Amino acid sequence: MSRKTTLIAALLCACGSAAPAAEEPRDERPQTTPPPLPWDAAATEPPAVESPLVAIVGGTVMTASGRVIEDGAVVLEDGRIRAVGARSEIAIPEGAERVDAGGRYVTPGLIDTHSHMGVYAQPGVNATSDGNEATAPVTAEVWAGDSFWPQDPALPRAVAGGVTTIQALPGSANLIGGRGVIVKMHLGRSISEMRFPGAPDTLKMACGENPKRVYGNRTSAPSTRMGNVHGYRLAFQQAIEYGRSWRDWQHNHRLWQVKRAKFERYEEERAEWERAALGEGGPDQPEEVEDPGPEPAPPARNFQLEPLLGAVEGRVLVQMHCYRADEMARMVELGREMGFGVRSFHHAVEAYKIRDLLAQHEVGVSTWTDWWGFKLEAFDAIPENLALLSEAGVHAVLHSDSASLVQRLNQEAGKALAAGRRAGIEVSEDTALRWITAEPAWVLGIDEHTGTLEPGKMADVVVWSAHPLSVYARADRVYVDGLLVFDRARQVRAGTTDFELGHGVGEGEGVTR
Amino acid sequence: MTRRAALLLALAAASPAAAQDAPEVLAIVRATVHPGEGEPIENATVVVRAGRIVSVTPNGSVPAGATRVDAEGGILTAGLVATEAPLGLVEISLEPETRDAAPENGDADEVHAAFDAADGFNPRSTLVPVARMGGVTSAVATPLGGLVSGTSAWVDLDGEQPSDMVVRERAALHVRLDDGGVAAAGGAMPTALTRLREVLEDARLYARQRAAYDRRALREMDVSRLDLERLADALAGRIPVVVRVSRASDILRVLDLGRAYGLSLVLSGAEEGWRVAERIAEAGVPVIVQPLTNLPSSFSRLGSRFDNAAILARAGARVVITTDGAHDLRNLRQEAGNAVAHGMDRAAALRALTLEPARVFGLDRDYGTVTPGKVANLVVWNGDPFETTTWATHLFVRGRPVPLRSRQTDLLERYRHLDGVARGINGSVRD
Repeated sequence: MSRKTTLIAALLCACGSAAPAAEEPRDERPQTTPPPLPWDAAATEPPAVESPLVAIVGGTVMTASGRVIEDGAVVLEDGRIRAVGARSEIAIPEGAERVDAGGRYVTPGLIDTHSHMGVYAQPGVNATSDGNEATAPVTAEVWAGDSFWPQDPALPRAVAGGVTTIQALPGSANLIGGRGVIVKMHLGRSISEMRFPGAPDTLKMACGENPKRVYGNRTSAPSTRMGNVHGYRLAFQQAIEYGRSWRDWQHNHRLWQVKRAKFERYEEERAEWERAALGEGGPDQPEEVEDPGPEPAPPARNFQLEPLLGAVEGRVLVQMHCYRADEMARMVELGREMGFGVRSFHHAVEAYKIRDLLAQHEVGVSTWTDWWGFKLEAFDAIPENLALLSEAGVHAVLHSDSASLVQRLNQEAGKALAAGRRAGIEVSEDTALRWITAEPAWVLGIDEHTGTLEPGKMADVVVWSAHPLSVYARADRVYVDGLLVFDRARQVRAGTTDFELGHGVGEGEGVTR
Repeated sequence: MTRRAALLLALAAASPAAAQDAPEVLAIVRATVHPGEGEPIENATVVVRAGRIVSVTPNGSVPAGATRVDAEGGILTAGLVATEAPLGLVEISLEPETRDAAPENGDADEVHAAFDAADGFNPRSTLVPVARMGGVTSAVATPLGGLVSGTSAWVDLDGEQPSDMVVRERAALHVRLDDGGVAAAGGAMPTALTRLREVLEDARLYARQRAAYDRRALREMDVSRLDLERLADALAGRIPVVVRVSRASDILRVLDLGRAYGLSLVLSGAEEGWRVAERIAEAGVPVIVQPLTNLPSSFSRLGSRFDNAAILARAGARVVITTDGAHDLRNLRQEAGNAVAHGMDRAAALRALTLEPARVFGLDRDYGTVTPGKVANLVVWNGDPFETTTWATHLFVRGRPVPLRSRQTDLLERYRHLDGVARGINGSVRD
């Protein structure tokens, strides 16, 4: 089995329930291991990927972990970063393909925490509108991966912009829109081939104007912000009760196991006694034990409540669309009340107003540099938001929410850095780079695996033609999992999508030129 | 009245408040001037008198009594001009009552040529100062809706009242033959073009026989009298006609239509313009494009690509650079930077934000370059104007230094430190 098939198999396993335990030698004591819960499958570790030995040599290496290395070297092999450092300190392994990055810049691959690529694909027609299951305000049961179209022409364009990982999310029509999917921009034929192995589940929620507008226009709940909050609370309470029903079942099952073991022992002892009773000097008649009856059946699965329960239990990372400071503060309180944490607010244009609170509760913020005014809850956006958040110690992320903006996250980071500096806020280039690499990795719970240039991490690397925060910088080479997925010089692309063939536009011209 | 006289009148009408603030004589020293025509001038002194540029001189002296502004070696360019933007016509996009860019009544006719942006322009719009932060000193406030959207107004971005700001009412007639316009006209391109010909022919007849029209001696017209007046202006070449259109084949059809009716045509959008760049250049038709467009976002623009502006400019077409919407006109310079990154000549990209829009709207005698005689709409930058990490340090509209402040900088000031922010009784409780 090739590594790739192993990977797919691992992914498939992750979705199902754990395999039944092998027959074990019988213990004298009653067996009390609780039955596994359906969502208890062990987290998968990203598997190794077959990729060539590559040494990117020369240029300025910006690691997004605090180091800027002049005349650096980065070695990639089997999907991982093997070494990062000054060229003089790194032994370039024999047989490595040498990539000259002289005069250029090397950074981690960019990560976008807020994308609708694949679920609102290009062209934007009814047929590609798969991002909002706007048929009920709580649809936690749906998964963006099931809408994701790997042939979305936006995907290779994002790769050409240096993007190596995205979170594709359901839209914000609903209070709870469904689970997101983390996608490695190592393009493939199906979401199963592309999803980030081992990434935690995420849950999209939305505050404010969108849900109340969508459902209010139908004169159904919610039509107000207070209706929104009731909607979340109701759903989470149901999830908590649902979790209780499974714990009760586990408890009852454990009791049943004990009783069953006792009963089985009784039956054996009785059989022995009966045999012995025919002869002489056998054991005493055992005390009667009641038959505990059939094994307790597990509760009915509820696929809507499971992700919410996961959020309460900390397995699922909540990604919440929310603009206004007062609403975000309210959501933090609701989370404490119901037992879930918000991993990141998204859009969050007023986050700067409550940055102390967000830092205190370790809530991340994914936002733009300068989008504003398209609705009233976006009226108080300021371009210094990111700089102020970083200054306050908040996990600050520059996101796109746009198939266009995702192609220039680096420029947007440059603008946010300039806005901060113009206002006298100290912002380092490393901080600005972290807005689009390490911090989004944290928001998605994949920071152990990607987001910085450090040995052992996934080989997600971009070679830029100029300083990455410059308007003139273009991604020259993009590696995902150590594989060269975009090479501007040689017209190697992440792949022209099937959709774009045959329109007389020229293969990949929109991407590469 | 000549255009120049109209402009002078507009300038003379500027409010007393604005006039008082403006120094009679202004000298900007130590500037690296990128005039938009010819070579950069190092260490230049730009002298401005009564709102007009008087001289641009290397190491020039400061006239006695002049207000001196030190550019500290920064780059000085003409102020940027925003086009195709509903500036002053939209405040909060999703709130209908803050929108004046198109008839909001769904039953309104798709042809409303007489819809005049100047009638709705809000000089107090919070979008105006935000645009200035990005070096924008003038905008062509443009209506958006229907098939024939109406007429735009050239405004200078400083003033208290529309009369202070509007330099040219009815700067152009705007027509949409992109997806939105075609949808408004019934969903098919032939329907949209037929309707357009119908109203143009009505207007041609009307213009020839106004008296007969007034006697009701003409056949029934498809649109109102004022609509006919504006369409007649377009037919007579008195105002340019800006047509939004995307697909290459549709662009050629529009070029034919422009020729057939003798319109002073301007293309806008033109996402697939690169495929017919030579034809556009031959026709001498200027093109307003957004460089940061490369998605096949609809079937009419499957060929969108980043180097559209560069290809059009290389083919010899006159290119104007625009951006999306009106809220982030400050990103016009980023658009230009991306055009350069994808092959457009740097000087051409600057002209595409300054001189070319002035030419398209017939105001290039007064706007678009840093040369003597022109209106002193100027910006000083602390580096490359197109770069992400630079910003505008000084901005002048008609020679008046306009503070680079906005509602957003007010918010920043309020929240720069959280200590002073009100936090209610419970937020103020000591632990």
